[in-house]
Amino acid sequence: MALLDYFRSNKKNTAKLAKERLQIIVAHERSQLAGPDYLPQLKNDILEVIRKYVDISADKVSVQLDQKSDDLSVLELNVTLPDEKHN
Amino acid sequence: MARIIVVTSGKGGVGKTTTSAAVGTGLAVAGKKTVIVDFDIGLRNLDLIMGCERRVVYDFVNVINGEANLNQALIKDKRVDNLYILPASQTRDKDALTVEGVEKVLNDLSEDFDYIVCDSPAGIEKGAMMALYFADEAIITSNPEVSSVRDSDRIIGMLSSKSRRAEQGLEPIVEHLLVTRYSPKRVNNGDMLSVEDINDILAVKLLGVIPESQAVLKASNSGEPVILDKESDAGMAYQDAVDRLLGQERDFRFIEEEKKGFLSRIFGG
Repeated sequence: MALLDYFRSNKKNTAKLAKERLQIIVAHERSQLAGPDYLPQLKNDILEVIRKYVDISADKVSVQLDQKSDDLSVLELNVTLPDEKHN
Repeated sequence: MARIIVVTSGKGGVGKTTTSAAVGTGLAVAGKKTVIVDFDIGLRNLDLIMGCERRVVYDFVNVINGEANLNQALIKDKRVDNLYILPASQTRDKDALTVEGVEKVLNDLSEDFDYIVCDSPAGIEKGAMMALYFADEAIITSNPEVSSVRDSDRIIGMLSSKSRRAEQGLEPIVEHLLVTRYSPKRVNNGDMLSVEDINDILAVKLLGVIPESQAVLKASNSGEPVILDKESDAGMAYQDAVDRLLGQERDFRFIEEEKKGFLSRIFGG
């Protein structure tokens, strides 16, 4: 078998696959977990307020907190409203 | 003032207690008065790895509750001077640990010791949070395996947000990465994440790489910290890590596959 292994060149590199998967999931989880603990609740409250006036789903609201520098954080709120013509 | 080092990982079974025992013992051998504290309330195992399981009378929770004083609970190691163990409780639940109680015990230990090594339980529950809360430094223990690396990343996030240093806006915890159960051969075969891969993802300064080694199981079988097995690869790798922790430069060993001759490669073995 060792002889066969020696000549087998195109081995499947699972380590490379592991690294790619990790990079994606870790980046995703970092962005989810970053920011203060109140952020998910804040997002919910904002969604509830908007829902009083417009019927939108949760994925149409994105709340992002960016640390621009040591003493400046920017809270970015992005709401996609439904197309008026369909109402 | 003692330096408080937490050995943490998120995932279980990656070598936190083995590492706590080895690093604590190494620091004591280097002349630093060291205590290793088991934070795994309800599932204590540090005593077994250190070979002092039959000498446990009082534990961490007894001290917090004022049922015993520190001197009654601390177990002095019989092999190494300057080395003590504070065992976890086997019967209580993890809620027995309170911030105030843990702080009081660590403050009292701090007066007497140079290093306090906190052996964290797995997970992100209270015991793990208490173990990392007061830390000055952290040894993040990870296997070259996806779930371990992912959990390590979560723990790194908590070190920088849920610790006392983070909450009080002090200098952040000094983070060290320790990769355990490493097999250079499997890395070369493309079957295992390399140290570079892990570091690309976690971006924490590398403290050491402990090779997959039979010496670790032998050490735990006999209740001897593996660092005392000076002939073994794992023992030497832990010694290098302790030396680095104390500020010395050490080349990384055991991260390259041993070169085999042409014949043994063809015929195996």
